[in-house]
Amino acid sequence: MRAAITGIGETAVGELPGSSCMGLHSEAALRALRDAGLSPGELDGVLCAYSFTEPHLMLASVFCESFGIQPAWSAALQCGGATGCAAVMQAAALVEAGLCRHVLVVMGDNRLSGLSRDRAVAALAEVGHPQFERPLGVTVPALYALVAQAYMHEYGVREEHLAAMAVACRTHAARHPGAQMRAPITVEEVLRSRVIAAPLKLLDCCLISDGGAAVIVSAADAARDTRRPVRLLGAGQKTTHEHLIAAPSLTAFGCQAAAEQAFGQAGVRPADIDVAEIYDSFTITLLLELEAIGFFEKGEAGPAALAGALDLGGRLPCNTHGGLLSYAHPGAAGGLFHVVEAVRQLRGEAEARQVKDAALAYVHGDGGILSAHAALVLGRA
Amino acid sequence: MAQTPLPRPNAETRPFWEGAARGVLRIQRCTACGAAQFPPRALCGRCHAPAPPRWEEASGRGVIASHTTVHRPPSAAFREEVPYTLALVTLQEGPRLLVRLRGDLARAPRIGAPVVIRFDPPAGPDAIALPHAEAAP
Ligand SMILES: [Zn+2]
Repeated sequence: MRAAITGIGETAVGELPGSSCMGLHSEAALRALRDAGLSPGELDGVLCAYSFTEPHLMLASVFCESFGIQPAWSAALQCGGATGCAAVMQAAALVEAGLCRHVLVVMGDNRLSGLSRDRAVAALAEVGHPQFERPLGVTVPALYALVAQAYMHEYGVREEHLAAMAVACRTHAARHPGAQMRAPITVEEVLRSRVIAAPLKLLDCCLISDGGAAVIVSAADAARDTRRPVRLLGAGQKTTHEHLIAAPSLTAFGCQAAAEQAFGQAGVRPADIDVAEIYDSFTITLLLELEAIGFFEKGEAGPAALAGALDLGGRLPCNTHGGLLSYAHPGAAGGLFHVVEAVRQLRGEAEARQVKDAALAYVHGDGGILSAHAALVLGRA
Repeated sequence: MAQTPLPRPNAETRPFWEGAARGVLRIQRCTACGAAQFPPRALCGRCHAPAPPRWEEASGRGVIASHTTVHRPPSAAFREEVPYTLALVTLQEGPRLLVRLRGDLARAPRIGAPVVIRFDPPAGPDAIALPHAEAAP
């Protein structure tokens, strides 16, 4: 691909009293521009996502007005947790087509301070089918729990294997000074945390956060003028359904097809990847994706994680910022944090959590109930 | 107790809810390729034949494909009902349905367990009868 990630930026995360959706967008955007060494006027494309606290039919236009830019091309994209990766893929298509030189991908929301936890849970539950899922009392954790139960049954996965995913993310988050949850946890603590929707417990579930993230995607020739570009080597997407009742399978989703497309374009294999940042809305999400993408055989990700495979120095350091489980999850920006972290790793700027000599990174996002998938392969310049 | 969010039947779903109110489980079947379909749609999601799928009475029998017991409800409307057990049921005809599990099976749900689909008493202005499942007799 002839596109590069030339700037990254993020706000603080966690509970940020006094923050606003557009304020978080603007702060992240300014940081990404500064990181790239670009000025706002040089942006000719903008891609935003969606907001719970300031929902709008045209969020990208709302952002551009608020931020004070008038780009040639702008739109909002909505594919849940896949939006971050999908927007980077879309931005790359825009610069490769010659429609734009520098595309800003920016997302943020004050989902924690701007909504009560109850309102956030209720808003998320709206992804359920309005007639055939929601009236029964489903939540997003319940829908993922249904996947977890089926997957555990089919591949002999145990609850401690799910817990190992949460522990791995927390271990990484403890090394990130900005992470929302940094106190180390054990498998026992995950297993003893209160049940949300069996078999998922509180510590199997992602956080609810305030925060924003931004990434600038530039045409390869335009990237020369920026500070530290990272190459986008491959990208892929796959959508199989929206509602779990209509999913073709309860244990196999679009992860594999999206990943294969991205790997194929990049000309690399899962074994070549040095660091992975994989969507982890729940522990089952991460475990299932690790196995579907091809990093581990079916049923092996859990035992491997218990033995430290996802940690620094392990077979596949994964979610080195702590992921949605421990770093932060403010909505669409949550998936974009995975991209930001991958770029940081490839630049060698990840400090205490740096994967030694990281040259190839894989990033994966999923939206809905494993409904929409987007995958990226990034490489050191 | 706050009202739970009952479905509002629309052009695609009304035949399902009319059947449900009479205790009958109805699904769609494509007149061109014969595929059974749920949730209902304006066309066949498999062969995309333009003719609308026709409604038929389903066997009401299936097996548990997965289950979860919900302890954290989606909203205040469900607070008095927790914990409750939800199951995805694969019907004999093929499509999948989400239901509440009732009876002994709700306390010890098991993937692969045979179940029958039943309906709650109709409620609300649209006489909505939500489906549930119990162990097959
Ligand atoms: Zn058909």
